[in-house]
Amino acid sequence: MRYLPLSTADREAMLAGIGVASIDDLFADIPHDRRLAGLPDLPLAKSEIEVERVLGRMAARNMPAGSVPFFVGAGAYRHHVPATVDHLIQRSEFLTSYTPYQPEISQGTLQCLFEFQTQVAALTAMEVANSGMYDGSTAAGEAVLMARRVTKRGKAVLSGGLHPQYRAVVETLAGMSDGTIDALPPDPRASEDILARIDNDTACVVVQSPSFYGSLIDLKPIAARCREVGALLVAVVTEIVSLGLIEPPGAEGADIVAAEGQSLGNALSFGGPYVGLFACRQKHIRQMPGRLTGETVDAEGARGFVLTLSTREQHIRRDKATSNICTSSGLCALAFSIHATLLGETGLRRLAAVNHANAVRLADALSGVKGVRVLNDTFFNEFTIRVPGKANDVIEKLAAKGILGGVPVSRLEPDKSDLADLILVASTETNTDADRAALVAALKEVL
Amino acid sequence: MLNKENRPTAPATVATPTRDTFTGNRALQVEEPLIFEIARPGVTGVDVEEPGEFEARLGGRERRAPLGLPGLSEPETVRHYVRLSRNNYAIDMGVYPLGSCTMKHNPRLNEKMARLAGFADIHPLQPLSTVPGAIELIGELARWLLELTGMHTVAMSPKAGAHGELCGMMAIKAALVARGEAGKRRKVLVPLSAHGTNPATAALLGFEVVDVPAREDGTVDPKTAESLLSDEVAAIMLTNPNTCGLFERDVVAIGVAVHKVGAFFYADGANFNAIVGKVRPGDLGVDAMHLNLHKTFSTPHGGGGPGAGPVVFSEALAPFAPLPLIRLEKDGPRLIENESEIAPGEKPFGRLTAFHGQMGMFVRAMSYMFSHGADGLKQASEDAVLNANYVRAGLRDLFSQPFGDRVCMHEVLFDDRFLEGTGVTTLDFAKAMIDEGFHPMTMYFPLVVHGAMLIEPTESESKAALDLFIATLRDLAMRAKRGEAESFRAAPVHAPRRRLDETRAARNPRLGWEKSAPIGEAPPTRHSPA
Repeated sequence: MRYLPLSTADREAMLAGIGVASIDDLFADIPHDRRLAGLPDLPLAKSEIEVERVLGRMAARNMPAGSVPFFVGAGAYRHHVPATVDHLIQRSEFLTSYTPYQPEISQGTLQCLFEFQTQVAALTAMEVANSGMYDGSTAAGEAVLMARRVTKRGKAVLSGGLHPQYRAVVETLAGMSDGTIDALPPDPRASEDILARIDNDTACVVVQSPSFYGSLIDLKPIAARCREVGALLVAVVTEIVSLGLIEPPGAEGADIVAAEGQSLGNALSFGGPYVGLFACRQKHIRQMPGRLTGETVDAEGARGFVLTLSTREQHIRRDKATSNICTSSGLCALAFSIHATLLGETGLRRLAAVNHANAVRLADALSGVKGVRVLNDTFFNEFTIRVPGKANDVIEKLAAKGILGGVPVSRLEPDKSDLADLILVASTETNTDADRAALVAALKEVL
Repeated sequence: MLNKENRPTAPATVATPTRDTFTGNRALQVEEPLIFEIARPGVTGVDVEEPGEFEARLGGRERRAPLGLPGLSEPETVRHYVRLSRNNYAIDMGVYPLGSCTMKHNPRLNEKMARLAGFADIHPLQPLSTVPGAIELIGELARWLLELTGMHTVAMSPKAGAHGELCGMMAIKAALVARGEAGKRRKVLVPLSAHGTNPATAALLGFEVVDVPAREDGTVDPKTAESLLSDEVAAIMLTNPNTCGLFERDVVAIGVAVHKVGAFFYADGANFNAIVGKVRPGDLGVDAMHLNLHKTFSTPHGGGGPGAGPVVFSEALAPFAPLPLIRLEKDGPRLIENESEIAPGEKPFGRLTAFHGQMGMFVRAMSYMFSHGADGLKQASEDAVLNANYVRAGLRDLFSQPFGDRVCMHEVLFDDRFLEGTGVTTLDFAKAMIDEGFHPMTMYFPLVVHGAMLIEPTESESKAALDLFIATLRDLAMRAKRGEAESFRAAPVHAPRRRLDETRAARNPRLGWEKSAPIGEAPPTRHSPA
């Protein structure tokens, strides 16, 4: 077996050195009657070529986004990731190191995380950010738990523009401890009256902008109402590139930002691994979940970085910890950070503008298809269309023609018949005029 | 010696220079400022086309203030991160014996497979009809995990070990709710040696954590467990092998006792790598267990993730597994995303994450498992246990073992009694290992042992590597006993940084670069020559 360095002679010499007769003597504590008699009922070892063959065959059964006109979003977006990003994150020193528990020999990871935190805070216009969460949906769940700790209240109000799977994650996580969830019905037209739901028992209000249906939500009146009653505003962002163009949640009064960072640096990868972004106000840092990296000095006075405020964390506080998170999403955070460094302010603004421009062109083109209506007044790079008939059938017919045309809302809200004719359509910098023309032409055929 | 051009070809004998370098650099070790200190306004390392003419649909919500994001050209970016990377230790560089963390070799084939367009470039919400190979892979991995654990059902979506713990304990809570016992069963038993994530998870779900002391030999006495069990107990969370590196030899009796009072048996699978192919948790009475794909199945730790923490369930808990479900049907696996698709009897407790889990990690783990096969997986467990015992045997006369000189599993635990009177602490000892070119072992964990040193060499180390590791640790122990405490307290002296002031970091937290001047104009704090 190519990954195992010990030879049979090594093993024998080592057993002799230990002073046991056989390997079984080292497993003596396992109850005899429970041990596996033979090998597990699974195939035997494969060479590298054989593994490539098997996995290559599985991969070839899928339709990669890059092989077709592609307009799928709804919380995960296909962006062009510079080759540099993937090369750098595969440096052995980044790829094969552990959580930086020994800071003297982990300054590479730690400085990168410190830079990441600063970038996330800048993008969201918040005071502080942590070193990353599993993904946007779990970050949103943790934000609700944090708001409950800060406000010592139980009720969480969820906007109907929140991604349905984020809503489910929040309901699952927050529903396991005390407090209520007030989830508004799906809001494809961005017309809900969320202010009426905020009262003196409210711990937090969770609002996504751009919303799941693509609309830009004005957070300012919601933030004002939250301040009046002492609740926290949790802003959710699933397309972080949008912040290159639109007003960031921190500038509109958000107290906590929970975002998905996949768009920068990270592949679609069928939904994971991604990286959650988590930012808040300085005064709440001791209630934050997840790892935090801080600046300090070493014994010679040189600047260095360490994991800090770990008295919030499970390995110190055990059952008093602010969350149970240990391993998080370090390498995805690094990929995000490298991509953000490459883009810089200039690149990100331009990238965001191209995304918006492409979506505007697509919306205009689709508006010209008979039977199709664009629902949004505002959007960034994704919007909702209404089609005649079942959205799911339309998407399947497009797929049969080799076009991945968007996400039928019914995929995520199967029980809501009034949403069955809605499709989310996204367009990023990766789309060309030819892609858009292909979608328009195919839609005309299938409708 | 001189060559033809009169250039010396052998070094002259000189005294070791003590002078600091002009730059602060030390040859290959280059001091690197923050991106915020080296970036210049307007610079970008990505050529993005201009958007062209269009009518914005932003409703007047354009960003007004600058972002404050630094940008670097591509060569500057590459250099920045390559320089930073060189300040990290890594499993690819040497022995990384972090106990319970399982730093084993990360095969590059796994990376290559995860980057196939058919896996990396597919969207979680594109029609399932366009991703049969992805579902096939998740189903195949599920099948392997179930076979290796002897369990009934697996939830694939948890993002890491602690997320898996949450998943397992939520299923237990859901099962108690279904039985109408959630109000009554408020306690969860957790041994003191457990990972901190165990009590944190239980507390997060509103359970009261009850500590379980270990007996003399470092394992849980079933009589102790029985005395703490009652109809108020929801579950026990037991790590096996435990964090002292010992197999809980009375695990079967503990499981029987747990079930007798109507409670559930949660197993922390962080140390499953010791027993893959040797014994199946399903044959030991386990009801739920998470698997750390980033430990047992070699997906890289990446400086703190991403991981993946699928959870296997017994028949009793299987109905409560969260969405999405992977259902292994006769004509192939099926992915169930919504409540509306569930079968009678399925009662998922909810959803733990958007989408379907850590696909990129699934591919890597599958690549590892295909490569090893049933025979290789078993051999890997045996080699991991053999290596740990070889280290134990090599150190047992100089180091102190808290539970006597007995066989261990994949990791060996020492305490600090052997350092008594030397003035050297576990921390000092660990930092001295850094100067010798090793990553320290896990220190001060588990908490049940004073000054714990937990060493997990994994199966990836050769005998030669272990011989040098053992010889080095022996030499350090001898130095400590000879009274060289001063040199330990100064360590590390050869690392990119000396010991860092963690108290200062926590007292006055600086969690981001603070803008004292516009980007690119702040003076580098250490880099600038005096």
